Amino acid sequence: MALTVGVLALQGDFQEHIAVLSELGVSTREVRSPKDLSGVDGLILPGGESTTMSMLLESSGLLLEVAKALSEGLFAFGTCAGMILLAREVLDGRSDQNGFALMDIAVRRNGFGRQIKSFEADLVVNGIDGPPVRAVFIRAPVVEKVAKEVAILAEVSYSFDDDTHRVVPVVCAQDRLLACSFHPELTGDTRLHQLFVSKILSEK
Amino acid sequence: MDTQSNEFGTARVKRGLAEMLRGGVIMDVVNADQAKVAEDAGAVAVMALERVPADIRRDGGVARMSDPALIEEIQATVTIPVMAKARIGHFGEAQILQAMQVDYVDESEVLTPADEAYHIDKWSFDVPFVCGATNLGEALRRISEGAAMIRSKGEAGTGNVVEAVRHLRSITSEIKKIISADPAELFGIAKNIQAPYELVSEIHRTHRLPVPLFCAGGLATPADAALVMQLGAEAVFVGSGIFKSGDPAKRARAIVEATTHYMDPTILLKVSRNLGEPMVGINADEVDVKMAERGW
Repeated sequence: MALTVGVLALQGDFQEHIAVLSELGVSTREVRSPKDLSGVDGLILPGGESTTMSMLLESSGLLLEVAKALSEGLFAFGTCAGMILLAREVLDGRSDQNGFALMDIAVRRNGFGRQIKSFEADLVVNGIDGPPVRAVFIRAPVVEKVAKEVAILAEVSYSFDDDTHRVVPVVCAQDRLLACSFHPELTGDTRLHQLFVSKILSEK
Repeated sequence: MDTQSNEFGTARVKRGLAEMLRGGVIMDVVNADQAKVAEDAGAVAVMALERVPADIRRDGGVARMSDPALIEEIQATVTIPVMAKARIGHFGEAQILQAMQVDYVDESEVLTPADEAYHIDKWSFDVPFVCGATNLGEALRRISEGAAMIRSKGEAGTGNVVEAVRHLRSITSEIKKIISADPAELFGIAKNIQAPYELVSEIHRTHRLPVPLFCAGGLATPADAALVMQLGAEAVFVGSGIFKSGDPAKRARAIVEATTHYMDPTILLKVSRNLGEPMVGINADEVDVKMAERGW
């Protein structure tokens, strides 16, 4: 497959994403500076701390360059912190937190609570056949609002600290963007990455 | 879908947070102001404690878990994960830290050990634990007790990286030995390093420690961070090195950049300039109390 997918490698579990892509036979590139972006067909924004990544994006010059590439049609897949970077609106973030603000969703940082509220769940994902996807949520963002342009591919049901029990979106897609609030890279299940790769291939 | 299927406190969830901290810097802070400085500088997490190791060393006496009010104040100030320390074997302190919802408990040799025979049974908690190690056998014993992250012990509060380097090299070279060993040799290796055979076998199969390996103990400069990252650390803890230096905010930021760009000497050079006074530091052979010898 003549495809190169970049993985933002400033901080977080980018090695896990590289391992999954390699298993799918996709060439990968660690992206740490603007020059690493040349020739990539897609970009993965991994899990990690979104505030840290936001600062490192700015100091490395990648914030503007990635934003430019995305506006020119680069495909992107964000997981957890990566979803926050793609979201149009971030609730409970830092006021100086930067992102690409491209997907029409509002996310609440650490919306499920602190680490002790982190969890695993089985999900049915629209577009993925076979057994349920085992999703690992780590201090994950909660998708609070979704515009009608955004497709919701999966949801999870959760009892929140305020005693509400809600069903919230956890996999969202819009144009060339895919985002999920959990970590498909941690379970050895390659199907969400395959979905992203197929998306790129279908338009290439 | 029913919430009954949501599972909390699994090994994957506990280790998962450590995975997310990779490539980052975890900074010791003693109050909310320092926590803010750390978050502003790009820390991936803070370790909330009453005294940094350099002061624990200076003051002497019994070092215990911090006052929960201090930790809560820090939790209220930052949006990044907050860790806190419990004494080795002190599950009572760990239960309190879990009730406060700290994001990680460090069962730490920096505090005075509470039990001379047993570490905490970390499987019985939903909150994840990090433990120090000086060699692979020690690391695997902690993992078998439920630790979800291992850090080198180094010699905390000295500003001297030599012990951390020794521990890191010891752990990674023993991992390499296991990877290249004949399967029949794994039983003997497990016996020699006093570690469970299953974990030794897992390393042989996966070529890595079952949990992330971070570096701690004596780091004081961006170059120190780059050194240990190149030696195989997956993230770094900086204790006294930041807030015992002349310009904590600038040094903290520089160490964050160095941990990301540890393979790029041009960036390391740029961030190392004009950082002000580093912490003074103590040589390893001038240290009265070897914290790294606590735990086994």
